[in-house]
Amino acid sequence: MGHKIMTKNWIIKAIIGSFLAGILSTSTANAGEALMAVASNFAKPMQQLIVEFEVDSPHKISMTIGSSGKIYQQIRNAAPFDGFFSADQAKPLKLVQDGLAVNDSLYTYAIGQLVMWSPDVQKRRAKAVKGARPTIAIANPKTAPYGAAAIEVFKHTGVMSEFKAQLVYGENIAQAHQFIATGVAEFGFVALSQVMNEPEDSYDIVTEDMYSPIKQDFVLLKHGETNQAALDFLNFMRSKKAADIVKSLGYK
Amino acid sequence: MEISQTDMAAIWLTVRLASTVTLLLLLIGTPIAWWLAQSRSCLKAPIGALLALPLILPPTVIGFYLLIAMSPDGFLGQLTRALGIGSLAFSFWGLVLASMLYSLPFVVQPLQNAFEAIGKRPLEVAATLHSSPIDRFFSVVMPLAKPGFITATILGFAHTVGEFGVVLMIGGNIPGKTQVISVKIYEHVELFEYGQAHYLSALMIGFSFVVLLGLYLLRGQKNKLGMGF
Repeated sequence: MGHKIMTKNWIIKAIIGSFLAGILSTSTANAGEALMAVASNFAKPMQQLIVEFEVDSPHKISMTIGSSGKIYQQIRNAAPFDGFFSADQAKPLKLVQDGLAVNDSLYTYAIGQLVMWSPDVQKRRAKAVKGARPTIAIANPKTAPYGAAAIEVFKHTGVMSEFKAQLVYGENIAQAHQFIATGVAEFGFVALSQVMNEPEDSYDIVTEDMYSPIKQDFVLLKHGETNQAALDFLNFMRSKKAADIVKSLGYK
Repeated sequence: MEISQTDMAAIWLTVRLASTVTLLLLLIGTPIAWWLAQSRSCLKAPIGALLALPLILPPTVIGFYLLIAMSPDGFLGQLTRALGIGSLAFSFWGLVLASMLYSLPFVVQPLQNAFEAIGKRPLEVAATLHSSPIDRFFSVVMPLAKPGFITATILGFAHTVGEFGVVLMIGGNIPGKTQVISVKIYEHVELFEYGQAHYLSALMIGFSFVVLLGLYLLRGQKNKLGMGF
């Protein structure tokens, strides 16, 4: 019995301790911190951009990844994000109209490029000969701009009805990539930024006239309006240095 | 509000999936649970723990490894290819397999508890009446373990209906094929279609409540009847 109470006390102390530690760590941090919500296609470039930014800045940037639609929903439900890097222009603009984002902070930070990707070209070709119908992964066209762009390509080339039954939908572009990378889908359409490190013959860049340009905007959210870390980071994102990095990572 | 065709398809698919999974799980779960209840083998504890793993593992772990296993180089992928049935990923039967893994402990554990509660005596009495082991199982164990079978059926079905993470990872969100209710609700919310999301969510809440109510009523009745010895 006595032993049990001791254990309980110990647990309560641990809980109070960690609670206090939490309060202290947030209140004593004087170098700023900011949380960016980032569309999945830009997750990899973002990691690199944050590293670059933190070299010259005392601030710390962290990010949360998701589809633009989901992030938009979360922001509307008071998610504590300071900036939003969308995969489109519509959602940041809507947030401005909703009064949840700062109007003059809208900025096109990247123009996405769609690629058709298949990591194991040899195998796929051998399979195509056998006449198997390959599974094609794209992002959900209803929620993800790269998915919508892929559908545009199918329609543009007039093969939509032919391939419709073979399409599988990733919840976002990262999942479409995951389906192809693991091989459960033979090929699919993803962002060039996701396959930059793959062998060059494993992907084809889809020509621009096949789909409407995927302009990606970021916006400063009301939550981060007075957050110096967020302001500094978005300024950095407008710089030539950042633009060059973005370009080198598969965007225009 | 009118319910859309894809919503209807999602509901049907979910019911079909949960029924198939429950039936198959009862078939394979019964011998497993019987063995766990009877065995004195030193393998009993590790195997019991292994089968209970889905209770604590995040769905992402199961989804991740299933995805890899179902890929062309994975063991399931090679097996299904060798059998000439193509890939399991993005298919109804892929979801069935995943759900079976995921819901297995929800079927095995109630059965095992029910079997253990019967004890040795009824079986020994039946044996003295020259009842064969198989006859003993069907004429003595099955009727006595009936509440366990009902609980296992309800929990197995309900847990499969409530599955989300694994389906999201290996389903590919194909309407009528792998787009179950939980995934459909997720999509509705992302598309700001709150009306439809409410509709399907209310359905799930109602269903879950009825299931649990039934289970609790059954449990109360069981105690009154003095079942479980």
